Amino acid sequence: MKKEIIISGFGGQGGLAIGKNLAEAGMAQGFYVTWAPSYGPEMRGGTANCSVVVSDKPVGSPVFAHPTELIALNAPSLDKFEAGVQPGGMVFVNSDVVTDRVPRADLTAYYIPCSHIAEEIGNPKVSNMVMLGAYVAATGLLKPETIEAMIQAMFTGPKAKLVPLNIEAFRRGMTAIA
Amino acid sequence: MEKELWKGNEAIAEAAIRAGCNCFFGYPITPQSEVPEYMSVHLPEAGGVFVQSESEVAAINMVYGAAGAGMRAMTSSSSPGISLKQEGISYLAGAELPCVIVNCMRGGPGLGTIQPSQGDYFQATRGGGNGDYRTVVLAPSNVQETVDFVQQAFDIADQYRNPVIVVCDGLIGQMMEPIEWHPVPKRNLPPKDWAACGRRDRDHHNVINSLYMDPEECDRHNLHLEEKYAQIQANETRWEAVHCDDAEIVITAYGTPARIALTALETLRAEGIKVGLFRPITLWPFPEKALHELAGAAHVRAFLDVEMSSSGQMLDDVRLAVEGQKPVHYLGHAGGVMPTVEEMVESVKRLEKEVK
Repeated sequence: MKKEIIISGFGGQGGLAIGKNLAEAGMAQGFYVTWAPSYGPEMRGGTANCSVVVSDKPVGSPVFAHPTELIALNAPSLDKFEAGVQPGGMVFVNSDVVTDRVPRADLTAYYIPCSHIAEEIGNPKVSNMVMLGAYVAATGLLKPETIEAMIQAMFTGPKAKLVPLNIEAFRRGMTAIA
Repeated sequence: MEKELWKGNEAIAEAAIRAGCNCFFGYPITPQSEVPEYMSVHLPEAGGVFVQSESEVAAINMVYGAAGAGMRAMTSSSSPGISLKQEGISYLAGAELPCVIVNCMRGGPGLGTIQPSQGDYFQATRGGGNGDYRTVVLAPSNVQETVDFVQQAFDIADQYRNPVIVVCDGLIGQMMEPIEWHPVPKRNLPPKDWAACGRRDRDHHNVINSLYMDPEECDRHNLHLEEKYAQIQANETRWEAVHCDDAEIVITAYGTPARIALTALETLRAEGIKVGLFRPITLWPFPEKALHELAGAAHVRAFLDVEMSSSGQMLDDVRLAVEGQKPVHYLGHAGGVMPTVEEMVESVKRLEKEVK
């Protein structure tokens, strides 16, 4: 089993955090993981992406041209990476930001209204957690309880009040797939 | 031991603190800025001294001062910044001062790019400063090794009274990977009775210097350094050989390209192609003898050197070690572009057909 995931979006949308969460949760479940960010002279509003590998064997290359899954949080990201996704792969699109559809018929596309769901819950900042929930539900790679335990560990002290919000966002994302 | 997810640059800084680094001098530059950033918060907490210097030149000379006083001193930078430190590194080597220097390499020449590269191999292994000197050069290829090598670097430096350079590239610095914090290995080290940290009860002043006005004396000093370098070559040369026992094509690579090569090996071996990886872990001392012997093996038909460098730099050392016994080919990119698994696979397949 080897998942190679590209998560891409505007800086500030939480794409790099989704990647870090996947790597953390993969590690917690005993997988080999890597997280590699694109880095450059980025500015707020520019596009940022990261590459994540979750594998049952040691990870060779942490970067790759053909992801098994693409999470596209904005339109330029879908344009840039969709062609490279492995045949039979999955594409997750934040449909509140991206109006395009995935043209390739050999991919499974999920259109998740992440921003809309996050606003319903009461905080637009958790839209990335909605997307994480969708990814976890669609791929079955990681256990929901692993993610929820990670969210508990992530927000402690004065930030502990953010735990229920993030868990709700994650669960709503999972429901969006079912 | 529990695994923790760490970013390369932050892990470098934490590893150094755990290895007893008590003085860090640095200046920010992408892609290594998280090293001084982490140090600025956590080294003072551990009782050490952090100074963000006014320039890289100042930082390396602060290392000279602190190392001369017997401290475990360190600096880090990325390629253009490391260029600025070369004079200081030559002085450190000349004065026999132990220190650790991390180069998180980016593309060059000049300001180049901030993306990962390996264009500083010559500078690190040949010495970018003046004079006959050598620095130990450790080349990790993942975050765990980076942590381990940074920690070992301090002891190697102290044992031989010599600067040790850890070269990684922008990707290793920026990426995150699970690591385990091992107990820091401790060598049996000589006391720093040479340090210029006050006369104490000695009958003489300790002097830290690299200037010898008498040429005979300078000659003797150089011979002494040569003897030390020979000892380092005998004791510290390290490499890894993966699937080399029956390999017909051997990839030579270090750092990030070496880990990318592991994926290529997997793909090629699954197709029945006998390919191996020879990975120098110390770039100086280069594992010349081991590579020479491998080149002499009947099953080895050709080498493919892969680097993030335009026309190859380690390639020179590979050719010197192979000594014409087998053909040596090259695959590389510079300017921040990484070699891909696909092109390694394709190159090995092409090479395999050529030599059959």
